[in-house]
Amino acid sequence: MATQDRSRRALHWIAFVVLLVAAIGTQTVINGAFERFTPTQEVQWVRSPGVMRRLVLGFNSIAADIYWIRAVQYYGSTKLLKAEEKDYSFLFPLLDHTTTLDPRFNIAYRFGAILLSEGYPNGPGRPDEAITLLEKGIRESPDKWEYYLDAGFVEYWWRRDTKAAADWFVRGSKLSTAPNWLQPLAASVLAEGGDQLAARVLWTQLAQTAEQEWMRRTARTRLQQLDAEAVIGQLQPIVNTFYDKANRFPTEWDEIIRAGLVRGIPLDPTGVPYALDPVSGAVEVAKDSTLYPLRRGL
Amino acid sequence: MTAVLVLARGVFKDSIRDRVPYNLVFFAVLLMAASFLLAQLTAGQDVKIIKDLGLAAASLMGVLIAVFFGIGLVAKEVERRSIYSLLSKPITRSQFIVGKYLGLVFTLIANLAVMAIAYYGVLAFLEWQTPANVKLGWEAAATDPMLLKAFALIGVELMLVTALALFFSTFSTTFLSAALTIAVYVIGHFSDDLRTLESFGASPAVAMIGRALYYAFPNLAPLNVTAAVVHGQAVTAQHMLLASGSIGLYVAVLLVASTLIFERRDFK
Repeated sequence: MATQDRSRRALHWIAFVVLLVAAIGTQTVINGAFERFTPTQEVQWVRSPGVMRRLVLGFNSIAADIYWIRAVQYYGSTKLLKAEEKDYSFLFPLLDHTTTLDPRFNIAYRFGAILLSEGYPNGPGRPDEAITLLEKGIRESPDKWEYYLDAGFVEYWWRRDTKAAADWFVRGSKLSTAPNWLQPLAASVLAEGGDQLAARVLWTQLAQTAEQEWMRRTARTRLQQLDAEAVIGQLQPIVNTFYDKANRFPTEWDEIIRAGLVRGIPLDPTGVPYALDPVSGAVEVAKDSTLYPLRRGL
Repeated sequence: MTAVLVLARGVFKDSIRDRVPYNLVFFAVLLMAASFLLAQLTAGQDVKIIKDLGLAAASLMGVLIAVFFGIGLVAKEVERRSIYSLLSKPITRSQFIVGKYLGLVFTLIANLAVMAIAYYGVLAFLEWQTPANVKLGWEAAATDPMLLKAFALIGVELMLVTALALFFSTFSTTFLSAALTIAVYVIGHFSDDLRTLESFGASPAVAMIGRALYYAFPNLAPLNVTAAVVHGQAVTAQHMLLASGSIGLYVAVLLVASTLIFERRDFK
């Protein structure tokens, strides 16, 4: 009887192992034979944030986190697509859901506004939606001076509206929680107008005061872009000088170095050589640099 | 009183035998796995998300245990016919109901306490390994004691769900009891909307019915302070007392109603 039991148990073990191996083998065959289904378009099953808030039955915070993760993943994966496939149209609805489910989700307003205003192809280029999101944040937390700073920043940097930017800074500076540099910043923005100095002040403040590392990193990148822009401003006349002498634009930096106009290959703040267009002579940050593309203007 | 405690201890032991503590292992593994995964997926919000996830998981697991064990408190005894021998002893029907209820509530509170310890353990680990400059951006410390207020109110919610499950199980089948308990739980989270139906365009008559339903059903929204504690906002002692007191009264009503119904049942 005991021998029978033992052999039955052994048989069960053999069956278990054989079936498990077969199941894994079948799965491997399936993985190789079929392409994973990926929807051609993002689908948002519940469009109304208010309805979603009711549907989650009190689990608002965790649902907001899920929407936030989805927004970050959506932005990141869209940014990695080929230029012609980039469609950021779901970014604002995802952030809207996030902030309705958790109205105090500070990073969703602040970082969301940065993502929304980022120009195409690195973002949707929707400063209007960024402002809408920040206005929603202000309605929920009227004492958050950071939202006023961010809104002014969007106006200044992306919409080039110095008056509107200064207005946001002034409104923010009236809050009891606001830092003392916000009021002078408004004056500086109005006075400097299109000068880079005000932009540098803004990004420096953000790099120093932003609560999240991502935002600080973004601010540092912008400061590096401003540095690169300033260097390009110095390199362009040198390239033009070469043209005046050789009656053509240089094809590479070595030609300018040999001509004694610069001492070495000029590198941008990330260590990547600046790109030189032999046809137009334009100096630009290289496409493989993390600083590309530069946003010219202010 | 002794009879009530004996019954309660019996339920507590039964729940251990029915492997309720297994969910604690699941909870701990879920939190630890999430803490490592989320750091890769989120933009510096891992601590907030771990806090949210832990509280949501504690609440959800507690509700599931409260519903599926609560509906069996009476039904199991009837099914096994052990109710006859139990009621032949010097135990009143009200003692039976209260004892069974307290037994499951003790189980849920013990469960919640262990989950809170695991929760703080994971958060303490995160706090320890996070650089000081990153911590400056946090709205509240990872191991903020305020989070215990959320656990406390989850406990109050579980007490209500248990009372509901027990109440329905005194006159209904287990399946229907589970369905009805979950229905009241859902309504409890909608009740703020019931009070303000006119803002959705409802007629005055419908709005009045909505308001009546609002007062008839417990409002579970005030028990949800997850967002507040996670963002480091104050939850006042007054709020805690009022929310708990209101639910405590509903629990008392349900236990009295359960006793009244159970007393009418013939087990002779």
